[in-house]
Amino acid sequence: MQFALLIYESPEAFAARKSDGTDPYTGAWRSYYKALVEAGIYVGGDPLEVPETATTVRLKEGKRRVQDGPFADTKEQLGGFTILELPSLDAALDWAARCPAASLAAVEVRPLAPAAKLRITG
Amino acid sequence: MKGSGQEDTHRAIERVARESYGRLVAYLASHTRDVGNAEDALSNALVAALTAWPRNGVPQNPEAWLLTAARRSFIDLVRHRQVAAASEPTLQLLREEREVSSSAEFPDERLKLLFVCAHPAIDPAMHTPLMLQTVLGLDAACIAHAFLISPATMGQRLVRAKTKIRDGGIRFEIPQERELAQRLDAVLEAIYAAFGIGWDDMAGVDQRGRDLAEEAIWLARVLLQLMPKEAEAHGLLALMLHCEARRAARRGLDGRFVPLSEQDCQEWSRPLIEEAEHHLVEASKQRRAGRFQLEAAIQSVHAERARSGGIQWNAIMMFYEQLIRISPTLGTRTGYAAAVGEANGPEAGLAVLDGIARDDVSTYQPYWAVRAHLLQRLGKTPEALDAFDRAIGLTEDPAVRQFLLQRRGH
Repeated sequence: MQFALLIYESPEAFAARKSDGTDPYTGAWRSYYKALVEAGIYVGGDPLEVPETATTVRLKEGKRRVQDGPFADTKEQLGGFTILELPSLDAALDWAARCPAASLAAVEVRPLAPAAKLRITG
Repeated sequence: MKGSGQEDTHRAIERVARESYGRLVAYLASHTRDVGNAEDALSNALVAALTAWPRNGVPQNPEAWLLTAARRSFIDLVRHRQVAAASEPTLQLLREEREVSSSAEFPDERLKLLFVCAHPAIDPAMHTPLMLQTVLGLDAACIAHAFLISPATMGQRLVRAKTKIRDGGIRFEIPQERELAQRLDAVLEAIYAAFGIGWDDMAGVDQRGRDLAEEAIWLARVLLQLMPKEAEAHGLLALMLHCEARRAARRGLDGRFVPLSEQDCQEWSRPLIEEAEHHLVEASKQRRAGRFQLEAAIQSVHAERARSGGIQWNAIMMFYEQLIRISPTLGTRTGYAAAVGEANGPEAGLAVLDGIARDDVSTYQPYWAVRAHLLQRLGKTPEALDAFDRAIGLTEDPAVRQFLLQRRGH
């Protein structure tokens, strides 16, 4: 089954995006990605631009409400996601613990919902 | 002054709880097979002690007091929860039993409880959590964190395991001679699974690590009290004490990871090493070699460095050869490869690693750490970088990750 690792990052981790890629955090991610691919479990994923670039849209009583910034106003923000093919939640939690973001902010593990997808996509 | 008196009482309760928890649960459960209610009954007794003892003073025999209170509570709980009718005779037994006035008067049933927790009918993944909860009284949330499982899930799994003990006909008894060795292995394995890092030379960190080292050592001591002539129980305790002796040396002042071969021996704990050596000697008197004794012997060779200044890799290699014969696990074979690499050179070490099937090692961090180290020594840079990436990507510990990133370079 497939699991999404939702990567939450601290402001310091987001700051590493500005580096030339030689910082330890980015280096750790490079190795983590390789380990995922070599273990044959990597399905996909992407980093997201920094939270300051987010814009949140709501429709309230037919009127557009546009908020500058991300949906949740928290110190740690969604920074990306990875989708993995794994036999169990236990295995997904092991991989989440190895994620470089786990010791700096948090990694949320969520199973994908193929049944819900099927109801939508037919 | 009243405040400090109350503090003393609280401390007394904590001490009795810690020292007697497993004994009391084991005693209640061995009569009833009902571990869940035994634990709840003891919790109630401890709460009662928190109100009664500060008021009336700590009783002469705190353990006997707790047992009496827990037994009453147990009867209420079972009656209230209307557990299986079959428990009625047990209840009768509990009621009729005369009150004990000192702990010497009720038998220590913890050994039976340990064997029940590691019974083959129970999911092996639950052996350690069950022991931690029933013998030491750790709560489900704490155990869940150590095992990287959600607290709710851990709670459910624990309840399920205890239901199985109660309803599945698992007997509270010491196994017969013919199955004792195998059953004891399961108990030792479960205790070791609670312990921290298995071995951590060259930043190959064997993540059996649950970091409940203190609890694991406590359990091993309990086991040895109950089976003082068991060579492998001595071996297990020796192994854990040797590793524990190096805890402080494993991290630099700035929190960075220091691999075993670079640790400052002055920071190792002499008393713990001496205690470990004592247990190895006790084990050898029984003249029955075993896996834990061999692993402890390997750690003992490392500890020798404090005296001799060097590491006898040939001796380590030899112990690993014996170990592989008994227990050819991934960890043993990887450790052997590391030892061969040091004793006979990196190419010989790599040859051992190449003998391990690649499928088995895709998530085994120490394999990649040792491989990276050996390839780097041979100067095979691209291959070494790849192996470093695998090792770094499989590392949970940020300090180890940092260390490996530095070793990897660019």
